[in-house]
Amino acid sequence: MDRFLSVTISGLSGGMIYAAVALSLVLIWRATRVVNFAQGAMAMFTTYLAFTVLEHGGSYWVAFPIALLTGLVLGAFVERVLVRPVENGPPLNAVVVTLGVFIFLQGLAGLLFGGRFRSFPAPFSNKNYNLGNVSTVSPFEIFIVLSVALVAALLFALFQYTDVGLRMRAAAFSGEVARMLGVRVGRMLTLGWALAAVAGSLAGILVAPSVFLHPNNMDGVFVFGFTAAVIGGLDSPVGAIVGGLGLGVLLSYVASYAGGDLQTLSALAVLVFILMVKPNGLFSTTATRRV
Amino acid sequence: MADKPVEELAHADLADGNNVQATTPSPVVGPSLSRRGPLQYTLVRHLGLAVLGGLALLLLTSSVSAYRDFQIANVGYYVVAVAGLTVLTGLNGQISLGHGALMMVGAYTAALLLQREDPLPVTLVLVLCVVTAAAVGALVGAAAARLRGPYLAGATLAFAVGLPGLTSHYSGRLGGDNGLSVSTGPPPESLGFDFPGERWQAWITLSAALITLLLLANLSTSRVGRTFRAVRDDEVSAELAGIHVARTQVLAFVVSAACAGLAGGLLAVVSGQATPGAFSVALSLSILAGAVLGGLGSLAGAVYGAVALVALPSFSSSTSDRFDLGTDVKSNLPLLVYGALLVVVMLAAPQGLQGGVRRLLGLFKGRTPSPVRNDSGTDVSVSTPER
Repeated sequence: MDRFLSVTISGLSGGMIYAAVALSLVLIWRATRVVNFAQGAMAMFTTYLAFTVLEHGGSYWVAFPIALLTGLVLGAFVERVLVRPVENGPPLNAVVVTLGVFIFLQGLAGLLFGGRFRSFPAPFSNKNYNLGNVSTVSPFEIFIVLSVALVAALLFALFQYTDVGLRMRAAAFSGEVARMLGVRVGRMLTLGWALAAVAGSLAGILVAPSVFLHPNNMDGVFVFGFTAAVIGGLDSPVGAIVGGLGLGVLLSYVASYAGGDLQTLSALAVLVFILMVKPNGLFSTTATRRV
Repeated sequence: MADKPVEELAHADLADGNNVQATTPSPVVGPSLSRRGPLQYTLVRHLGLAVLGGLALLLLTSSVSAYRDFQIANVGYYVVAVAGLTVLTGLNGQISLGHGALMMVGAYTAALLLQREDPLPVTLVLVLCVVTAAAVGALVGAAAARLRGPYLAGATLAFAVGLPGLTSHYSGRLGGDNGLSVSTGPPPESLGFDFPGERWQAWITLSAALITLLLLANLSTSRVGRTFRAVRDDEVSAELAGIHVARTQVLAFVVSAACAGLAGGLLAVVSGQATPGAFSVALSLSILAGAVLGGLGSLAGAVYGAVALVALPSFSSSTSDRFDLGTDVKSNLPLLVYGALLVVVMLAAPQGLQGGVRRLLGLFKGRTPSPVRNDSGTDVSVSTPER
């Protein structure tokens, strides 16, 4: 029972990371109806940049914002330069372009930083607090939960209560009408991608201490984030966070009771099950799009 | 329908305005059948091409060095894999990022079968690779038929990321990270005792590639190929025309998976091993890069793509050796180039190399190629409204 509790708690903190990836996918999907398959690789790359700062003697609290800022720039660049020309084309073309960015960044990271696994520091201790003789939660896990929650809350506030947020929602909801009302739709979509990439970069730097840093280290995390986003309907930020937490707990059980190698296949099973049973996800509000 | 670009809709209207015969490949029926020469039969034409290709390759493989033969053997299995994917994505409009994993199914089938005390003949092993991968493909395809675009890509990506994990979960049977070794024995004695093993391997993979291309070429011009295209272009219309959409999609996936399985089995035979590291996501994506580079939906394009998949790593390795750039560059430069190719081809020339070849041939024949759609299912340079 004690083990069950600690497995659940570590699942929740892992789930927060998947939620951050899912959130970034959902933001991009809402804005441009593109699934950004490069999101994992982009997060991996910005984490490497943070790692370079650490290697040169910078503190974690310098490296952390650098990862998020470079994520912002990278997200904006990828949307404006590479995805914009295919955004209104057949969906397959946009998928292929993001896959191209994905494998390009993996190659570039391997080329610049080498292909070996590197350990990435955590800013707080990984040792669990004990409550009686039950090991519960570590300071780093608390940091993960709080930082993702903070970013999610800031994004929510931005979208809900600011003028820019309103413009972004309008641009995503109906570009044509928003443009007539004077919204710079293209700029809003670029901003949407940039903000989404920040959430992705956050996930990258938070997950690095547990999966190590490697050009492929985000592949699995991306799959989990995608699954979480699909659980939430790919359209709902709240759904993405709930999906991430649920999936995190489930995968934590799989890892500790069946074997860590089966995590990705379990995520695949969940993904296929959700798509078969409730293809709009558990939280989607929009009608089905027939393509 | 709502998502289709305006140009395409306009084109569709235009086509509807013409008489129907101009848009459907006019079937030759009745009296004209007797006037057909042998070359007008698709099967005869394709068989002829395959025999000619086979002869040319026989000459080629016999006149080059053992290392070149090894590279040609590699091209052979890449052709099989890329051709399988190009049929799925180009003709049927389904994307798969799981083909590396399906190749892994084939490779491990071959490795397990060849490990036995008295191994089966290689041909039979390869047939069993095809069968196993087709069975797995039917499972994946049944799920895939319900999924569209990005969902399908995500699910097959999960398959590609997750499947190699099985080898460490069942490390006793599947050899963990070190994988399994595969030995196929020397070339048959009837070829002479100093016959190079690489040439024998090249013959194996090239025969497989030729047979695959022949079958796929016939499939694509057949009734089944037409149903693939119909489902790709408009599912609702296809359904109205009496095509069972889900069944067609599963069939396309099974055909494609069978090719991937064969390619995997051949890879195991050529490389002498089956390891999980060889079947990473990068393999799936590089096969996709090959198909996109050649031109989605084109079998000739699959051949160019496969050649590029072998030539590029070899070029990268010789370049980094010459300039002493180290192993990081050597092993990652091809990935970088595949990624850049995927993006650039999609942005600049979605029909790939074969699209360019077609355009050249069109100029040659004094014909303008169709500007809107080719066999690839990808629209050419859809203009983006200014934002």
